[in-house]
Amino acid sequence: MTHTAAYFEFLCRMGDNTLVLGHRVSEWCGHAPVLEEDIALANTALDLIGQTQMWLGLAGEVEGKNRDADKLAMLRDVWDFRNCLLVEQPNGDFGQTMMRQFLFDVWHLAMLTELKNSSEQRVADIAAKAIKEVMYHVERSGETVIGLGDGTSESHARMQKALDLLWPYVGELFIPDAVDIAMAEAGIAPDLGKLRDTFDAQVGDVLAAATLTIPDGNFAHKGGRSGTQHSEHLGHLLTQMQWLQRAYPGATW
Amino acid sequence: MYAQMVKSEAADDSAEAKAFQARIDAGEKIEPKDWMPAGYRKTLIRQMGQHAHSEIVGQLPEGNWITRAPTLERKAILLAKVQDEAGHGLYLYCAAETLGVSRDELTEMLLDGRMKYSSIFNYPTLTWADMGAVGWLVDGAAIMNQVPLQRTSFGPYSRAMIRICKEESFHQRQGYDIMMKMAAGTEAQKKMAQDALNRLWFPSLMMFGPSDKDSVHSTQSMAWKIKMNTNDELRQKFVDQTVPQAEYLGLTVPDKDLKWNDEKGGYDFTEPDWDEFFDVLKGNGPCNTERLAARNKAWDDGKWVRDGLLAHAEKRSIRKVAAQ
Repeated sequence: MTHTAAYFEFLCRMGDNTLVLGHRVSEWCGHAPVLEEDIALANTALDLIGQTQMWLGLAGEVEGKNRDADKLAMLRDVWDFRNCLLVEQPNGDFGQTMMRQFLFDVWHLAMLTELKNSSEQRVADIAAKAIKEVMYHVERSGETVIGLGDGTSESHARMQKALDLLWPYVGELFIPDAVDIAMAEAGIAPDLGKLRDTFDAQVGDVLAAATLTIPDGNFAHKGGRSGTQHSEHLGHLLTQMQWLQRAYPGATW
Repeated sequence: MYAQMVKSEAADDSAEAKAFQARIDAGEKIEPKDWMPAGYRKTLIRQMGQHAHSEIVGQLPEGNWITRAPTLERKAILLAKVQDEAGHGLYLYCAAETLGVSRDELTEMLLDGRMKYSSIFNYPTLTWADMGAVGWLVDGAAIMNQVPLQRTSFGPYSRAMIRICKEESFHQRQGYDIMMKMAAGTEAQKKMAQDALNRLWFPSLMMFGPSDKDSVHSTQSMAWKIKMNTNDELRQKFVDQTVPQAEYLGLTVPDKDLKWNDEKGGYDFTEPDWDEFFDVLKGNGPCNTERLAARNKAWDDGKWVRDGLLAHAEKRSIRKVAAQ
């Protein structure tokens, strides 16, 4: 794999994570448990879509094949998406949505903290911009996980169920492949494995305060970041997200 | 207008009520702790509640297209807009709370049908052009009403309106921008734009409420400066403003009797079908059932979340006290 190809893959991974999660979170619009949550969810989705424009915009430039962020978002099929499996999982109830958000946010913050020092100035710039938003995301999702985990017996049970369901999707975030190794060697991105300690410490603190138990076992579903095997959910998400661009090719909106 | 057919209470003729009216006539703002007639308070709660509910239910027809927005920028703009609407609902509920009614009480009255929201949100959004037409026409009509309401007599309502109007006029421009893109686009896009105008024109005119001759609640509300203009005045102003905008887009307003009247300096136009309007208010609009079902589902599904967060807050304050 050439350096450019690896760099493009890496940027798609960052941008597809925020695109797919932003889309999922936006599905809540108008349906949240309280008005403040409606506003906060829309705000989170908005941040993530904004970050997507930056990551995929840069990916398009690096690729040099005349694809901008919109073309990458709207005109690729499932096998070309590079998001982790965690973010494409359905919303479920509000607890499941917030647990997914929390697990992703902690990884995202650790990743962006390292990317701020990237040898690629444009990556460092995007990370510096995004990190301000993501610090707020992790604070909010962490507090919500604690509040609901340590709330009523029903909210506790729902949060434990969400954690049990989503935990097997965490491992994929930390398993490096050829792309990650190439990025780490070039100083563009960190060694993924190194993020795990930061992640475990922060997640451990929050889940302890939430009185939730991390499931046993290290099993990790894989295939999202490499694009080799997404879940069935992603295709349905794309049928909505890409519909207008696919149905009316060439139109400007 | 997001408040329609708000039933106004009668004024009493006590000395206090007369002094109160004199303050309003002198252009003073009434603040929550000031004395006010019971009827003024009740009418305002109805009107502000209905306005807040309209913002909340109004998230749904536009939220319907967020996951299908055609570009990342359009998705971000639409998300920001719907988020603003939730924020408007929040200001208005807070302003209403200063009159002694809680947000939860108002919400329950919306959910069980005791309180209404604007008829316009009971119409479906069927194509992407509807995101343009809603911004252009619906927000445009809302602004017609809300700009004068910045001068309403009740301080918190007036201040909420000042904030809301800034955002609404931005929304209207965004909506018109979508319409311009569509109207200058492919044949299919032009068709979508015309179709959106055809479907939403008369429902937008209905937003101002029934004709003045049938509007039984206006007089007292206008004396109290809760309502600033009559329904027909605002509707005329809206038509006069909007018709040239439609012409600029190359779209046809779906009213064959529409024509400029030199003498009155405004357009003559066909009134909306008021039977349809009253049907929608009674719950028989195309989307009444879905809209209320969606709000009820959000509220019911969210109960465990609200209970959980409340239980946690209580535990935390107990632990804090125990630690002291």
